[in-house]
Amino acid sequence: MIHCVLHDPKDSVAVVVVEGVKAGQTLTGLILDEDRTITLPCTQDIPLGHKVALKDMKVGDTVIKYGVDMGKVVAPIKTGQHAHVHNIKTKRW
Amino acid sequence: MQKTFHGYRRENGRVGVRNHVIVLPVDDLSNAASEAVANNVKGVLAIPHPYGRLQFGADLELHFRTLIGAGSNPNVAAVVVIGIEEGWTKRVVDGIAKTGKPVTGFGIELHGDHDTIMRASKAAREYLQLASEKQREECSLEELWVSCKCGESDTTSGCGANPTVGDAFDKLYAAGSTLVFGETTELTGGEQIVAARCRDDKVRKDFTRVFDRYQEVINRHKTSDLSDSQPTKGNIAGGLTTIEEKALGNIQKIGKKCLIDGVLDKAEIPTGPGLWFMDSSSAAAEMVTLCAAAGFVVHFFPTGQGNVIGNPILPVIKICANPRTVRTMSEHIDVDTSGLLQREITMDQAGDKLLDMMFRTANGRLTAAEALGHREFVLTRLYESA
Repeated sequence: MIHCVLHDPKDSVAVVVVEGVKAGQTLTGLILDEDRTITLPCTQDIPLGHKVALKDMKVGDTVIKYGVDMGKVVAPIKTGQHAHVHNIKTKRW
Repeated sequence: MQKTFHGYRRENGRVGVRNHVIVLPVDDLSNAASEAVANNVKGVLAIPHPYGRLQFGADLELHFRTLIGAGSNPNVAAVVVIGIEEGWTKRVVDGIAKTGKPVTGFGIELHGDHDTIMRASKAAREYLQLASEKQREECSLEELWVSCKCGESDTTSGCGANPTVGDAFDKLYAAGSTLVFGETTELTGGEQIVAARCRDDKVRKDFTRVFDRYQEVINRHKTSDLSDSQPTKGNIAGGLTTIEEKALGNIQKIGKKCLIDGVLDKAEIPTGPGLWFMDSSSAAAEMVTLCAAAGFVVHFFPTGQGNVIGNPILPVIKICANPRTVRTMSEHIDVDTSGLLQREITMDQAGDKLLDMMFRTANGRLTAAEALGHREFVLTRLYESA
């Protein structure tokens, strides 16, 4: 089963695409642009559609998705954690 | 891919996929009479809306362009126009009459609702019987105008539903169809990618001008970082975090190959085949209504969390790759591409699945939104009334 997908191998987050992902699971991730899979740890429960961090990130870092800038880190994020509005913000507006 | 479908050829040569007779109010005051006519003559469609009084300047021009465009859409066989007075009513009638299709207008003042409803019902009955004899005929794919706009997006939109539209758009572009996308503010964060896809410097300059103008509107009115408006609450519940992320998912709809051939104002009719960018609101019903007014006859609407939108004139095909939405809101979804996220189907297959549904819809299959009676007709306003 594919648990999460990412677009570009440079992405720092992946999207969970199944329901019921729990802390402690090892996830299989599909890199859409390359049609190959990776495995990653998951340290928090993550709902369908929400993102899991693929690397450690510190405040001020740029989050990469689709291979490009999708916002900035506003609270530290560890690999395998839930990455969303509590730790990432827009750089626009 | 198929090369033909069966549509209705109109007096001006354009091809529609529906054969509606509509009752079009010019203003909010005429909704009641319009709905009464549709009640009297079964099969006629009233299109109520809340505007049309004391508008002026560019906002009024857009109002007329949208109403005239909707009436002129080739999915419409004939039109009964009702307005509170005869001046603006005639302006809408004259605009639609340029297509050559049957159209008549009625002003309510000096007559009242009863007399207007009676006379308009007689015209509507005549038009409905006339339209009922119109036959579908074989038409070529280049004659099909297809619009797209996504809604209630989530992260599965960017990896599943939107790239499905992108794959289909790449194939339709190669076949010579006329295509459009828009949602100016929802390109924020991906605008450089869109600019790079413009055919030439002129188109790029036009795109940059309308994009920058819309950013000024946001900046002038904003009271926060818009975190609850763009992305929406629904987007955030679905996992989208920032406007940049939403935009990068949004632009998957324009595929990987097709170029942007021109920029359109709101409800402006394209002048040739290719992919057009329409400077438009990102609110679903506004944008789909503008596409209907610009003459598009089939709409691709990818959704993640499950937007239920339809349009009275333009059949809206829903595409979804979120397995939970497909399960819990199946009556709203026309094309399920959730298999993409489990590598059960390829992007090429997903695009073909959508195109198959496009041909079936063009040939007469009712979309989920049509079957459920979704007829959202929402006019875009530019500023306050006079």
